[in-house]
Amino acid sequence: MPADAIVQVRGVGKSYDGGVEALREVNLELPTGRLSTLLGPSGCGKTTLLKIIAGLIAPTGGEVWVKGKKVEGPGPERAFVFQDFALLPWANVLRNVAFGLELRGLAWEERAKIARDYIGRVGLKGFEASYPHQLSGGMRQRVGLARALAVDADILLMDEPFSSVDEQTRRKFQEDLLALLQVERKTVIFVTHSIEEAAYLSDQIVLLSPRPGTVSRIIRPDIERGGTSPDEIRRDKNYLDVVDEIWQILKRYVD
Amino acid sequence: MNRKEPILKRSLVWQLISFALFFGLWELAGRWPVSLAFPSFSKTFLALVRITADGSLPKAYLVTLQPLLIGIALCGIAGIGFGIGMGLSRAIEWASLPLFIILQAAPMAAIIPLITYIYGIGLTAKVLAVVFLAAPVVVMNSYKGIRNTNPSLIQMCRSFLGTRRQEVIKIILPHAGALIFAGLRLGLAMGFIGVVIAELLITPTGIGDLITYHSSVADYPEMFATIVSIIVIAALAIHGLERLEQKIFPPEIRGS
Repeated sequence: MPADAIVQVRGVGKSYDGGVEALREVNLELPTGRLSTLLGPSGCGKTTLLKIIAGLIAPTGGEVWVKGKKVEGPGPERAFVFQDFALLPWANVLRNVAFGLELRGLAWEERAKIARDYIGRVGLKGFEASYPHQLSGGMRQRVGLARALAVDADILLMDEPFSSVDEQTRRKFQEDLLALLQVERKTVIFVTHSIEEAAYLSDQIVLLSPRPGTVSRIIRPDIERGGTSPDEIRRDKNYLDVVDEIWQILKRYVD
Repeated sequence: MNRKEPILKRSLVWQLISFALFFGLWELAGRWPVSLAFPSFSKTFLALVRITADGSLPKAYLVTLQPLLIGIALCGIAGIGFGIGMGLSRAIEWASLPLFIILQAAPMAAIIPLITYIYGIGLTAKVLAVVFLAAPVVVMNSYKGIRNTNPSLIQMCRSFLGTRRQEVIKIILPHAGALIFAGLRLGLAMGFIGVVIAELLITPTGIGDLITYHSSVADYPEMFATIVSIIVIAALAIHGLERLEQKIFPPEIRGS
């Protein structure tokens, strides 16, 4: 597995002024073309770790390598999906989805064409001219996802993307995400605090312990996904075992 | 739209009733009389017609609006520019934030004698009076608008490889637009106060002259008509700007 790790996290630590230590000595390899989840209780630094990989936060110790290059800041091979969507309230769906391309200086026609394509793929066809305030939480996050897909990065970094979305929408969104990834072949790093979400989506689950966050266990669920319907996965014995296994570990951190 | 119209009509009726009530009470108070120097509504209204017809009121406005418009234009360009600079640069913020906090809190009328001492009694002094009153709120609003940019949007811009320049132009400025505009509106309100204070305290010109003159010869209806006219014009101007603000920056697409 190390051979085809697209992201390598080496001894990463992060302390904030005032002595709060968010992460300590995190070592991690994230395989190409797979979906890895960072899972842990709140305050375990999983979002901090994701933002360090994204190049949005500088670590105080260690380093991150992406595709053989040391991370010094954000890069074109990584795209971020934000927990609070981070959409421009004054721009419509089309401009929001095309925003990453706009920043890269693509001509309007060209970026609108690409954006329309991805708006269709995330299931928002017909909403191109809508503004974020006219959309539900789930639809807004689809805009955020389309924006990240539109820049054609190899790695999608998703920071609790479904946490402010209601349960039904969340399930539908998870299924759509898996279907989309079948086509897109991206590496996804996904932060969540939901055990079920992690077990359902992931090829690899990284369990983080709280304060300071460090890797406590790595689980690779062996769930047959090809051809099985989402509902079958949710009844799969391996799926249920993984959920239970994670819970047995995380239970210790909850008081 | 169809359901909105009757509500609009009804609110117009209520507004007219409230005006009628107010003017009626004023008429009563004037006839009672509360004071010999307090004219009734009808006398004031007739005086307003008189000073408008003989040209003295329009002429006074031409004089008064000069320092006001020059002062507000200065605030609009330099004040907004400075506020944006303060929001974007820690160094400018460090050097000038205390000054504007003090200016915002200081009773500005007290420094008007100082302005007169340095700049005399001409247009410059009156423009400065407007600027001193209006600038703090214009600058502070622009500064806060910039500083309150949603940090998540800035991170988003950086993560999609936006440069600092793109960050300012595509995220920070549109985000601050509504607050900056609101600052300009509040600045105009302060500017009206500034220009009238200047015309009363420095040398009587324009509206200040009309008020002082009619008061000195005991033409109280004319004096009141002048005062009422400036209140109405200020209120209408500020309300107009507020309407414009709602149109350009509807609350649901505002950043802040």
